[in-house]
Amino acid sequence: MNIIEVNDLVKKFGDFEAVKHASFSVAQGEIFAFLGPNGAGKTTSIRILTTMLKRTGGEVLVDGKDPAKDADGVRRSCGIVFQDPSLDDELTAWENMEFHGVLFGVPKKIRRERIEQLLNTVELWDRKDDFVKNFSGGMKRRLEIARGILHHPKILFLDEPTLGLDPQTRNHIWGYIKSLNEKEGITVFFTTHYMDEAERMSGRIAIIDHGLIIIQGTARELKEKTGTNSLEEAFLSLTGETIREESVGSTDRMRLSKKWRRH
Amino acid sequence: MQAIYILWLRQLKRYFRSKSRMIGSLGQPLLFLVALGFGFGPIYQKAGGGNYLDFLAPGIIAMSVIFTSIFMGIEIIWDRKFGFLKETLVAPVSRLTIMFGRTLGGATVATLQGCIVFVLTLLIGFRPAAWGHIFLAFVFVFLIALLFTALGTAIASLLEDMQGFQLIMNFLVMPLFFLSGALFPLQGLPKILRAISYFDPLSYGVDGLQGALLGVSHFSLSFDFMVLAALTILLLSLGAYLFSRIEA
Repeated sequence: MNIIEVNDLVKKFGDFEAVKHASFSVAQGEIFAFLGPNGAGKTTSIRILTTMLKRTGGEVLVDGKDPAKDADGVRRSCGIVFQDPSLDDELTAWENMEFHGVLFGVPKKIRRERIEQLLNTVELWDRKDDFVKNFSGGMKRRLEIARGILHHPKILFLDEPTLGLDPQTRNHIWGYIKSLNEKEGITVFFTTHYMDEAERMSGRIAIIDHGLIIIQGTARELKEKTGTNSLEEAFLSLTGETIREESVGSTDRMRLSKKWRRH
Repeated sequence: MQAIYILWLRQLKRYFRSKSRMIGSLGQPLLFLVALGFGFGPIYQKAGGGNYLDFLAPGIIAMSVIFTSIFMGIEIIWDRKFGFLKETLVAPVSRLTIMFGRTLGGATVATLQGCIVFVLTLLIGFRPAAWGHIFLAFVFVFLIALLFTALGTAIASLLEDMQGFQLIMNFLVMPLFFLSGALFPLQGLPKILRAISYFDPLSYGVDGLQGALLGVSHFSLSFDFMVLAALTILLLSLGAYLFSRIEA
């Protein structure tokens, strides 16, 4: 059974089409990597799936519910770790968790148990009463992941969860995500720029570029189709070597591609 | 209900943890009370107005309430900038609930701030005419707080970043305060100035407070109450509408 079903998804910002007729699906319980260069439409797609943005066209079903019609239903099914920080620095780690648990309607007794258990798992229990502003980047990320699954979502969305973290922390976080997936059966939908991470962790992969899904399959299938030896090479052969900028004008983009062609 | 409570609690915790902000927001009313209250006191007395400090006290309480409440409302911009707003917006809670919880929290903080400034005025020498009407004063303080937190929320929902903040302080909050009759009586004002002050929502808040604490008011207390209540409902609806349109 597919827990995420996306058909012909379109999102326009004015004249700009950020997502153009994208279709993909994610099976229940799988770890799904959503890859693409900067500005390809990854975050926009995640924001549509998680009810933060309204789509322009197409069909989307998340856990059997339409984000545009049953936003609260979809929100209950999803846990999200955003690309940029989203903790309240002026609150303690415990208070950030408690705030989330109450907003998501987790009953008090269960909430308190889970907060303790989760903070222990991400090794932050002994720092629970410290203000988040005193945390390092890795600690904040761990806390955000713990918070994202506090309400026991069926799907965990991770938008570049390991960006800017050292290998130790990355390993730690992925170990934890994997065990969640195996033990609790949580579906994981993540984006990353680390191709080794995508290759090691994910079951299936979709690559999006210029708002279009250009390929879907396992890492092995992607390598076979492109005749390459690693996912990184496959990725580059599919999306080209030019550098992307997320929010530059079209002339800048032209200048940039020209500059790179000269090499 | 629980969601409103936790949003309310968050506003209170944030406020009371920031000691510098609390002290800063008490310094200004204190300065106004001392400098204006004692500075203009003799002239006001000579002109037959009576004790200026007594006249000024309700206005300064109103000032601290409006400054704090607008700031509490506008704080959404900070939440947006530091990303926390997203976390609230993806929760399975209606936007109306979120807006209401935040606004209630902001209004509570501003009301407490008003109460602290009231104690400050007592220390400086202000004596209310009738202690029996303190409860009435409290009602007016809370209405002012609610009204302007809602206004702050409405404005913040339209702003993308903090650049506009100074603009709002200088071109909205300051005029609202100075034209409200907080510093001078509305009686005997030049016609134009008086007409302008009638369009200032804070005028009715200040007047209500003066009525409750001094026993003298320009409009009737029930009129003040009705204008404030109507405007509060209007701005709460407007704020809720604008807040509901924010895309995370």
